[in-house]
Amino acid sequence: MTLHMEDVVVRYGAATAVDHVSLAVQTGEVVALLGPSGCGKSSLLRAVAGLEPLVGGSVSWDGSSLAGVPVHRRGFGLLFQDGQLFAHRSVSGNVGYGLPRGASVDALLELVGLAGFGDRSVTTLSGGERQRVALARALAPQPRLLLLDEPLSALDRTLRERLAVDLRAALVSTETTALFVTHDHDEAFAVADRVGVMSGGRLLQVAAPAELWRSPVSREVASFLGYEAFVPVGAAAAAPLREALGSRSVADATIALAEGAFVVGRAGAAKGTVTGVASRRGRSEVRVEVDGIGAVTALGPVGGRWAQGDVVELGVEPDALAVLPL
Amino acid sequence: MTTTLARPTTTAPAAPSGRARVVAFWTLAVAVPLAFLAVFFVWPVTVMVGKGFVVDGHLDLSGFADVFTQARTWRIIGLTIAQASLGTAISVLLGVPGAYVLYRHAFRGRGVLRALVTVPFVLPTVVVGVAFRSLLVDGGPLGFLHLDGTLAAIVSALVFFNYAVVVRAVGGLWERLDPRAEQAARALGASPWKAFRTVTLPQLAPAIASAASLTFLFCATAFGTVLILGGLQFGTIETEIWIQTTQFLDLRAAAVLSVVQLVVVAGVLVVAGRARSRRERALDLSEPALAVRVLSWRRPPGMPPGDGHALSLVAAGVTGVVVLLIATPLVNLVVRSLQTPRGWGLDNYTALGTTGGSLTVTVWQAALNSLRIALDATTIALVVGGLVALVVSRRPRRASARRAVTGLDALFMLPLGVSAVTVGFGFLLSMHHPFGLPVDLRTSPLLVPIAQAVVAVPLVVRTVLPVLRAIDPRLREVSATLGASPFRVLRTVDLSLSLRALGLAIGFAFAASLGEFGATSFLARPDRPTLPVVIFRLIGRPGPENYGMALAASVVLAVLTTLIVATCERLRTTGSGGDW
Amino acid sequence: MARTFSLTAVMAVVAASTAATLTACSAIGSSDEPSSGGNGTVTLVTHDSFGLSDGLLDSFTEKTGLTVKVVQPGDAGTLVNQLVLTKSAPLGDLVYGIDNSFASRAIDEGVVQSYVSKVPAAKDAAQYAVDGSDALTAIDDGDVCINVDHAWFTAHQLAEPVTLEDLTKPEYKDLTVVPNAVTSSPGLAFLLATIGAFGEDGYLQYWNDLKANGLQVADGWTDAYETDFSGGGGGGPRPIVLSYSSSPPFTVPEGGTEPTTGALLDTCFRQVEYAGVLTGAANPTGAEKLLDFLLSDDVQADIPDSMYMYPVSSAAELPAEWASWAPLATDPFEVPPADIATNRADWLKQWSATVIG
Repeated sequence: MTLHMEDVVVRYGAATAVDHVSLAVQTGEVVALLGPSGCGKSSLLRAVAGLEPLVGGSVSWDGSSLAGVPVHRRGFGLLFQDGQLFAHRSVSGNVGYGLPRGASVDALLELVGLAGFGDRSVTTLSGGERQRVALARALAPQPRLLLLDEPLSALDRTLRERLAVDLRAALVSTETTALFVTHDHDEAFAVADRVGVMSGGRLLQVAAPAELWRSPVSREVASFLGYEAFVPVGAAAAAPLREALGSRSVADATIALAEGAFVVGRAGAAKGTVTGVASRRGRSEVRVEVDGIGAVTALGPVGGRWAQGDVVELGVEPDALAVLPL
Repeated sequence: MTTTLARPTTTAPAAPSGRARVVAFWTLAVAVPLAFLAVFFVWPVTVMVGKGFVVDGHLDLSGFADVFTQARTWRIIGLTIAQASLGTAISVLLGVPGAYVLYRHAFRGRGVLRALVTVPFVLPTVVVGVAFRSLLVDGGPLGFLHLDGTLAAIVSALVFFNYAVVVRAVGGLWERLDPRAEQAARALGASPWKAFRTVTLPQLAPAIASAASLTFLFCATAFGTVLILGGLQFGTIETEIWIQTTQFLDLRAAAVLSVVQLVVVAGVLVVAGRARSRRERALDLSEPALAVRVLSWRRPPGMPPGDGHALSLVAAGVTGVVVLLIATPLVNLVVRSLQTPRGWGLDNYTALGTTGGSLTVTVWQAALNSLRIALDATTIALVVGGLVALVVSRRPRRASARRAVTGLDALFMLPLGVSAVTVGFGFLLSMHHPFGLPVDLRTSPLLVPIAQAVVAVPLVVRTVLPVLRAIDPRLREVSATLGASPFRVLRTVDLSLSLRALGLAIGFAFAASLGEFGATSFLARPDRPTLPVVIFRLIGRPGPENYGMALAASVVLAVLTTLIVATCERLRTTGSGGDW
Repeated sequence: MARTFSLTAVMAVVAASTAATLTACSAIGSSDEPSSGGNGTVTLVTHDSFGLSDGLLDSFTEKTGLTVKVVQPGDAGTLVNQLVLTKSAPLGDLVYGIDNSFASRAIDEGVVQSYVSKVPAAKDAAQYAVDGSDALTAIDDGDVCINVDHAWFTAHQLAEPVTLEDLTKPEYKDLTVVPNAVTSSPGLAFLLATIGAFGEDGYLQYWNDLKANGLQVADGWTDAYETDFSGGGGGGPRPIVLSYSSSPPFTVPEGGTEPTTGALLDTCFRQVEYAGVLTGAANPTGAEKLLDFLLSDDVQADIPDSMYMYPVSSAAELPAEWASWAPLATDPFEVPPADIATNRADWLKQWSATVIG
């Protein structure tokens, strides 16, 4: 059982939001659509749900087209960024909306960690609790596909990270097939089996998180994933990077450097001039200017002290390097 | 959720002197409207009703027994409730699809239609009555329906007048409802109809309750409509008060009926207020553009069947029929205004520049008078109504204070539900040297705009209040912590966020006072007649010239109204409107 | 941008209306009404139908130095009741427009005070003096009569009715429309005509017969004449209507010489409109001067054109069309004002119970 998007085109007036996108989602798989706002990922999601008419292409389930099937007959669940809870219904009234009258919602509430909340008014809930209710509501009718539109974006960082884990657990334990839209790659990597990167209405690359991280297909994808500097394999300054990559290094390619590609204080493979220092979770992030590569963020040991203008020795971390086709 | 301190007097980190000013401001904000209502509504009505109950200096309540033992009284009460309920129910039933079509869909000519359905609201009832009856009368274009002189005719006229109240109140909220709540329901397996019933309708409930209570008040106090279309066999409490007061001068019976009217109206307000407050929750509102669909006859390509297009078509069909029915009397009016004894022509319109022989002013001067008076009435209504809305929008922590605030809200709705005769005659009785002041307000030009403002205040409150209530109290707190004085908070938060609703309120207050004839017609107004008064005088005179002039003047009134309403539509295009 | 723009726009509207209120644009701000009761002013309290041709009231001011302030608190029926209620603090100095169905009540309630005008037309007015009182002076009169649509009867080859009894005949079934006696002043006048014709004992039977013969009751004169009547502007279905003896001249077609409708002069009730000095008037002498002015030749001659009534003064000339097509009834039905005052409410209630149900 699979969801197939074939050459999907969505337009708003003259503007093309989704531009010939094809993608398949397998049963039980969680696929994330990642991209900056306005890249068309939400439009694609809405098209799958049946909320936007297709201008071109098709969406099919198990080989049969969904063109003639209205939203409520598709059996797809939908979870919005701000939950869209029904304010006039209680928590269990919301969760039970898609269930036959009188069906129990206790198990669902337990699944999302809100056991005993059934009679509460949804207006009394915190932001995180509201999203949990929305998730339980969306899972209740056991949708064959769950569509999640930035479900965690409205929450604060710590809550988001914790809920991402809970969300993944809930999806896996219910064996739910899901398409998940987000602009946060940490979130995408935490929740999804595969991640598709979108930009300007086009789907640039679809891959498992590790593969995507290691081999982005283009500079655009790499930039979006957080790679901050690019250098041709053949350049002189790339010598220590080639060495670190070893067998992964190929000719006629570009090496992309993510944060932490250089480490301050390891056996000096390169030199950089410090332009600024920040501390994150105890570790030091040192902005350094490296000749022939440019400004990059190197990681330093806890408690390190550097002054602007200091010249520091830099080691290379191969896991923070990616090789791009030229 | 944050619990918020609703009264700025307690949240404001103000210095003692500043705090005194804040207390003074809120005291004034409560006192000024209350004083206005007390002097220009409660007092006149009390004096008038009191005159019926006090005989030779003694309280005499025997009127109740006399009036209530008559079967006729009960029939009249029953008819009033039946007519108002039917009128309200049908207005809501037709108005909700109308709001859906006119506020959730985009199509060419939408703005014109929105303005068109509002026109009946301000047309003089005499004119509408004649326009309506000439359609329904035997041999008229709709004579085959045999509706002339039936309850159905009255109810359809009531719907004709009040359709816009529902469409605008419900549409104003609906166009800003986040469509995703409904979409979430659809994804959970709800059909378009079920999603509407179980998600959208409850969200619209406060606006529907608000519109229904306004409509009920307008229907229950309809006067000319009932008499012209149904005659006395369909008499209501309102027409009976008019007859007892102006024809029989039976103030005892009139007073009893006024009390009955007050009880009915207050009962409706309480029920509506309950429905509103129970349903009134912070809603997820969005920009109108997000929620609007293009209206087309054919299902848009890519849209599957069963996806709500049929609902749109049904709503569009219903609304099309209603708009046609509303337009028919209006077109009839325009057509007849172009008929002259010499055939077709603009003679009736050219005559508007004259006094028609013996009017004291030309019709254009009357129109100018109307505009000037409406301007005064609007200013008064805006100040008083704005303050009421501001006070009522606060949710004090003490339950007693909360009840007081709710009571204040209902109190200012009462003028819509109390007979214009009682108010008008009350003015005559109470405004001679009021409070011993050496002025005779009864014949002062001040009284006309004041009387109109009393009626316009509830409209302002209903328009501005929902927006003020929807303001997240945290905005005010943020503003205060940034060092804004309580007044600056009012100005930068409350005022600036409600400006657009205020613009809308200006339009409605203006339109309402432009068309106001009830209370005005009983005032000892000095000779500066308004447009409705001139129309009334003209239509009561013999001769086709006078009749034609009256119709032309009505068309002018309709056009003026349409322009004002359309201007207000523009003022609110992207912002938050009220629930009126 | 859009937000800023409309913010400014709303601000501008608010500012403009505030400014306008403070300046000449508004009704309050531009008040130039002279205050009531001053020596230079006389206040006329009258009904909605009052009006005189342009400049006539100015000529009064020129002659007497008195400015006339006109106050119109409602229709003719409402007027007297308003005066009764405000007796202790009258709305003005002179009242004009009390008709003979309300005259006795106004006198009994002491709303008006004695005044006998000395102008020549006062002798003509005296024929309508209310018994035992000189507080009200007749200014004009007119007949409320059944009108028929000549054109309709010609087209249907039916003889026109002549008397009140004719209206109950089967050949005139479903042809008559009259205004409501409770809500309309000509409607009341017609009720009084039937009481004058058939007596207190017989009028209800007559109305029962009318009703059985398909009588239509409209709310007011406008409604009856313009909507139901076939000879009015609306071209309605009924060729017999209650209207005024002065109505036919208004139906002379463009280019024609004869009206298409006529009044049945054997079905009329005479309405007389009175003026009187209000008890407690601030300017009683001014009021007397204004009353004299209403009886002057200029005003009397203007009355047909401006208020559609007949002048009481025999010296005033009627417009040519009126002279030809709108004679007054020679022998209209009468009911003494005192009887009307006593029985009005009862008659109306009985009428209402019989006709409306």
